[in-house]
Order: sequence, then structure tokens, then C-alpha cells
Amino acid sequence: MIEILDDDSQASIQDRGRFGWRAIGVGSSGAMDALALERANLLVGNAADAAAIEIPGTPLRVRFRTAVQFALVGAGAAAKLDGRELLPDSTSPAHADAELQVERPSVGTYSYLAIRGGFEVPVVLGSRSTHLRGVFGGHEGRVLARGDLLAHGPANADAKGVFGLTPPRTTLALPGDAPGIAHVRVLPAAEYDRFAHASRAAFWTTAWKISAQSNRSGYRLIGPNLDLETPLEMRSHGLLPGVIQAPNGGTPIIQLADAFTAGGYPKIGTVIAADLWRVAQAPLGSALRFVQVDYAAARAAQAVLDADRARVRMWIDLCRGLGA
Amino acid sequence: MDDAKTAPQISLIGTSGLLFEAPGAFDLANQRRIWALARSAATLDWVAEAIPGMTNLLLVFRAPPQDVAAVEGNLRELWDKGAGDAGRGERFEFDVDYGGEGGPDLDFMAEQTGLSRSDVVEIHAGRDYTVFALGSHPGYAYLGTVDPRLFIPRRKVPRISIPAGAVSIGGWQTGASASDGPSGWHTIGHTEARFFDPQSAVPALLAPGDTIRFRISRILA
Repeated sequence: MIEILDDDSQASIQDRGRFGWRAIGVGSSGAMDALALERANLLVGNAADAAAIEIPGTPLRVRFRTAVQFALVGAGAAAKLDGRELLPDSTSPAHADAELQVERPSVGTYSYLAIRGGFEVPVVLGSRSTHLRGVFGGHEGRVLARGDLLAHGPANADAKGVFGLTPPRTTLALPGDAPGIAHVRVLPAAEYDRFAHASRAAFWTTAWKISAQSNRSGYRLIGPNLDLETPLEMRSHGLLPGVIQAPNGGTPIIQLADAFTAGGYPKIGTVIAADLWRVAQAPLGSALRFVQVDYAAARAAQAVLDADRARVRMWIDLCRGLGA
Repeated sequence: MDDAKTAPQISLIGTSGLLFEAPGAFDLANQRRIWALARSAATLDWVAEAIPGMTNLLLVFRAPPQDVAAVEGNLRELWDKGAGDAGRGERFEFDVDYGGEGGPDLDFMAEQTGLSRSDVVEIHAGRDYTVFALGSHPGYAYLGTVDPRLFIPRRKVPRISIPAGAVSIGGWQTGASASDGPSGWHTIGHTEARFFDPQSAVPALLAPGDTIRFRISRILA
């Protein structure tokens, strides 16, 4: 069991996501940074898509009631186990009754706390992810609160010691990335050409500030208003994470894991799937810049990401094999 | 006004999927062809999910296909076959309290359309609607189509939250919220009906092709 010691963290149980139910309006939910979830799970020897606690850039304290192997991966948040500092993006054993304290991160946003054995919340519609709007999945369909006790798979005696990973913000940085500014690659979407020339130009040149009103549903961006050549009243259609909507005369919103599954605001572009983790990890108040790519370049970016995932998996297998 | 296409339009949703938008009117005949296209597209090897919208269809990729032109050609062929699908065809009636706390935009609707409050209500409750598609949030049904006298563009600034059971109008579309959440539509009433149960073998109450009628329970000041 793991005991949650804080209220107000907005942490929730998430796995890779809930797929196959969009046709009845059920979005995927799931980890905002699927790459970090995968790394956290692999570090403790879980299946890559097991359920973990997602901590959305907030401080959180938990108590391990039994001895466990755990990993904390993602935002690079400072963390202490019984007062001893942990390496970022690493796995460690914890003895029974140890307390883990995760601080508010400064360079990233979402962290994933994975436990060997995974969290054993009920599977609803094929996933353990919390569907916050629908109030189902995860732990009672809601964010975690003080006193919550979370069951996990059998504690394992073969603790695998302490080792870590270099974060993707270092290994997969894009040209121009700097503290407070992240670049994400975008394919123009169906209504791109319906935006005024000046608005199209502004879309690519603006350093868009991420509004404090951003969350798992979407990131609202602060910058110039984007105008259509002529107003457009569209028929509602299916949406996916990464779609950037811009209401006429408004600012862009990037749809993310908890977004509506359908909508009808004009779409100026889509963040490519390979870069959604970059959006998730960009802190509120920091800036995003959109880099235009074509479909071939977007597929190539996915191949680069997949190769890096394979490399990380091999490294982890090696460390675990050595009993590091 | 409504953005009708003259030919099928296919656009990429990044590397995650593509959107097929049917040409022509926002009507049931066109929607039946979308349901048929969804059924046949779901069997294609590159399609992970087929999600009907309002005279459009979102297809989620299993993996981004190398040759997009080929998969687009594939879809156009299926569309041109032109078969329609009747959908499920069950009938539901829902009692609605119009106006009052549960229908804060009824006055605005009346103002914008030049109709009286009771005219707005009677026109809204005065016809059968067909479930065109489910989407937005779990169990939510997009209903077509609204009487042209009630056409109203979406709100420029979405409301932070409207409750489960909120009956609202946006463009040519109307519907009733299945859970609390934000909305860019105009809320004119409230129903106690419940539309989604994740523990049920069939989680959504409504399905494409069903017929819905809203009954006036009360018109509140």
C-alpha cells in the first residue's frame, strides 16, 4: 500500500490511456507525458503502460507502507526519500514506512511515480486511467487526496538498486530550446488557409506564453489574437490530442489528454504526436514556439523518438541485468 | 453560416489520424452515408478507430501510413459507393425545464433570434431530433438538426462549466450534457435524464440513428 499524505496535489492515477471508446465520447485520458510514464515503468520492471501516479507540477508526499522498488520520472522535480535526496529520473528501493517528498519542479511539469507491480485500481473500459470529467477510472474517478491508500502489485524482494536516465529534454532537445522556451513541431490543419495572412505569420513567429488556466484538458496560449479571413461556423467533428484550435478572434488552445473528443472551432495546426511530451513538460508561464513541418518530417520525428525509446529500454535492461 | 463543402475534404490530424468531411448539406441522408463509411473504414488495416462527427468522420491511425494519398483514395472510393446505414433507431423522450437557473441563455437566445422565450422553447421542443453522432464527453449525443429560426453561432468565450442535463444549442446542433463541464454552446434548459454509465455493458444510453424528443416540463422565469 501507498498512503497519500497531501491534499491539493491534483495528482491522479494514469496509465497509457483508454483507447477505442471515442465513438461514444470517451477520450483517452492517460499520462500527459507518455514517454515519462514509459520510462518510470521500465525502471521498476513493469510493463511500459502500467498505471502510475501522475503529479502535475505540484508538491506531494507519500508513505510506502511496505518495502517497494519505485521510480520518479518526468519533470526533474527535486525529491527526498526519508530526507535523503534522490537523483532525478531514477529508481530506488524504499523500506517499509519510508516517506517520499516530491517538490514543485522548476524545469518541467508532469512527474510519474511508478511502483514495481503497478497500481491495482479497477480497469474501467479497458484502462486504469482516471477520467476526471466522467468521474470513473483511477482511484474513485478523482484526483488523489490525503489518506487515500493505493494498492499495488506484490512487493518484490529482488530490489534492483539505484540507477537513472538522462531526461529527453537533454537527449532530444530541438534547436533553439532554452530554459523557459520549448519548440514543438506542428502540421498545418484543415482551416489553416482560412486564417488571415498576418495571423498565419504570427502563429509561427510568436513565443506563445502558456496560460495559468492550462491543465490536462488543454494548454491555453497567451499572445496575439488569430483572425479568420471570414467567420466560419463549422460542423462538430472528432478531435485528438495535439489539435490546436483557435476561435475566430481568439488565442490558440492545444487539446490534450482530457480534451473533448469532438468540437467545432477552427483548427490552425496539430502538434505532432512525437512532441506531445514537450508540450506536457513546458511549465505554465513558459513559452512555446511552433515549428512548421510536413508529414514526412513528422513521421521521421516519430522514428527518431521510437529509436530513442528502444535505446532507453536497452539501457534499462542492461542496468537491471547487472543488478545495478 | 454553415461551411458546406463541394467535394469530400480530407485533412491530416498531425500524424495521429485524418478527418473526412462530406460534401453537401448537413442532413440525415449525408449522415447515413457517414455511418456507412465509418462501418466500412473500421475494417481497414490502417484504421484504429472510426469516429463519426456531424457529416464527417475522424479516422485514428494505427501508425502513420507512409502513403497518405493512397489511404485518401481508398476513402473516396468507399464514399463514392454511396451506401447509407439506418443506425440503431430507438426512440427517447426527455422532460426539460426551460429557462430559469438551468437555462441561463434562454433570454439571450430570444434576443438574438427575435423570438419570444416561449417561441424558442416551443420550436426547440416541437420536432424530433436524430442522434447524428456521440462525442465531446462520455455519452453526449449531437442532435440534428435545429430549426433554422434557432440557428445561433457558438459562444465566443466558452462557459467554464454547465451541469449534467444542460440542454444547449450551438449552430445547427443541439444536445443535453451527460456530465458537468465547460461548453461553448447556449444553455436553454435542463433535464434529469442520465446518459452514461461506465459500468454498464452498453455505457452510452444513446446511439447514432436514435430519435429524440424534448418535452416541455416547465418554462421558468
